[in-house]
Amino acid sequence: MISKRIVLKFPHRLVDQPIVCNLAKYFDLEFNILKAYIIPKEEGLLILGLSGEEENYNKGINYLKKLGVIVQSLSQGIIRNSTRCTHCGVCITVCPTGALVLDTHTRKVHFYENKCIACELCLPACPLRAMEVHF
Amino acid sequence: MTKTITEINEKIKKGDVVVVTAEEIINIVEEKGVEAAAQEIDVVTTGTFGPMCSSGMYINIGHAKPRIKLGGGTAYLNEVPAYCGFAAVDIYLGCTSLPEDDPRNRVYPGKFEYGGGHVIEEFVAGKDIKLTATAYGTDCYPRKKLETWINIKDVNEAVLFNPRNVYQNYNVAVNLSNKLIYTYMGTLKPGLGNANYCSAGQLSPLLNDPLYKTIGIGTKIFLGGGVGYVAWQGTQHNPTTKRKDNDTPCVPAGTLAVIGDLKQMKPEWLRGTSFQGYGTTLTVGVGIPIPILNEEILRHTAVKDKDIYASIVDYSETYPQVKPGVLGEVSYEQLKSGKIVVQGKEVPTASLSSYAKAVEIAENLKDWIKQGRFLLTEPVASLPGPESGLTFKLLKERPIE
Ligand code: SF4
Ligand code: SF4
Repeated sequence: MISKRIVLKFPHRLVDQPIVCNLAKYFDLEFNILKAYIIPKEEGLLILGLSGEEENYNKGINYLKKLGVIVQSLSQGIIRNSTRCTHCGVCITVCPTGALVLDTHTRKVHFYENKCIACELCLPACPLRAMEVHF
Repeated sequence: MTKTITEINEKIKKGDVVVVTAEEIINIVEEKGVEAAAQEIDVVTTGTFGPMCSSGMYINIGHAKPRIKLGGGTAYLNEVPAYCGFAAVDIYLGCTSLPEDDPRNRVYPGKFEYGGGHVIEEFVAGKDIKLTATAYGTDCYPRKKLETWINIKDVNEAVLFNPRNVYQNYNVAVNLSNKLIYTYMGTLKPGLGNANYCSAGQLSPLLNDPLYKTIGIGTKIFLGGGVGYVAWQGTQHNPTTKRKDNDTPCVPAGTLAVIGDLKQMKPEWLRGTSFQGYGTTLTVGVGIPIPILNEEILRHTAVKDKDIYASIVDYSETYPQVKPGVLGEVSYEQLKSGKIVVQGKEVPTASLSSYAKAVEIAENLKDWIKQGRFLLTEPVASLPGPESGLTFKLLKERPIE
């Protein structure tokens, strides 16, 4: 079993096609949509949790890539700029998943990328604008 | 046991001064007791790194050829308006100033991505800043328009001058209403969804010298990564508030006006800051050394988070409408544990000021003193203390006929 969170970018020509449902139909993968948006006349962006047997998972990803979908790992999407972050901790009560946590011993804020669902709530809430989105 | 600042400075010069941070002193006093610790320790360093809205810089840009008189005209630094009601080429930029075309809260909540605080950070970092100015022209200052890049290394003076910094304690902000609110204390979730506070607690300068026995006008400090001085009591200085037995106030009390040469400061310690729905500001790093002249001063520096209390205030109604009443008091130990209880509900807490950076400031200042690079100064005058009777007034509005 493999379970990952990925960012899919769909070129304009694919935006209106049923693609993600095929991941379940042909590759027996389970998906959970975390976020989706379409920029008019441009591209579609989808953030998914995707899981299944490793072989099927790889086949599914290949299928997407062959169609022209750009596949990126979610952890490359939301990034904390470590030179801007002051470890104040304002973001910890804003993050809904506990991806930003204050270590009460060191008083530093940890960013657990594997818990981040790219909701982007921390971006405007961080007074230093240290949280960045790179999709 | 008593010491003088002159004696401590002699030790600094000889390299045998004993300096610890306001965090380290806690255990030392617990182990050795006040008397022995006061003998041994010469200086305790404090620190704070939080957003401070009454901050800004003044610069003298140098005279242009032909001359221009900005006084009475307009001046913008990277499109952010600066104040020019001074002599010909002196301008002041406050950190909350915003570009005229910023939508502010017309698109609610405003983002406030760029303002005076960000210009100050970039200027200190050595980046070129675009100055655009207009003037009305006089016989001696004929020019009416100026557009140029300016750089901190070329201007005559660049001075950070903050009329109010280093608040001695602050409120804990919560939201009792049923809608999300955007404040200078951060975004507050409805129905006591979170609680934000803003003080370094046991490391905060004025909580370690609660009665202003050593910190006064002329005290030399760490300011924005360089050296600065206390210029005056800050605006809204309110020394007569309610205090605990350890003399620390449990509501916002004393403040400091601080000044220093911006040219030797660092962008790392002066950060442009944005509060969604509220505005821009500057996060300022300040560290103040406290000379241990006697046991009372030492006892004050050994104060712990668990003995410093802050008041919980509702920012949906009580604060904006200036209504009386606090929702209770909590200690910084409770605040730093990550949750507090307000009206029977467990509320997660978050801090606006960085404790990790406050520790770094206190450590930096400690190193400067140990290395003999930073001597202490004797204040030239004291700040008004609780005995002054000075209080903080609200505006009495009078109708204009
Ligand atoms: S709010 Fe921003 S600066 Fe503060 S800890 Fe979070 S990411 Fe860092
Ligand atoms: S994007 Fe959302 S989930 Fe990720 S760290 Fe920010 S607030 Fe947390």
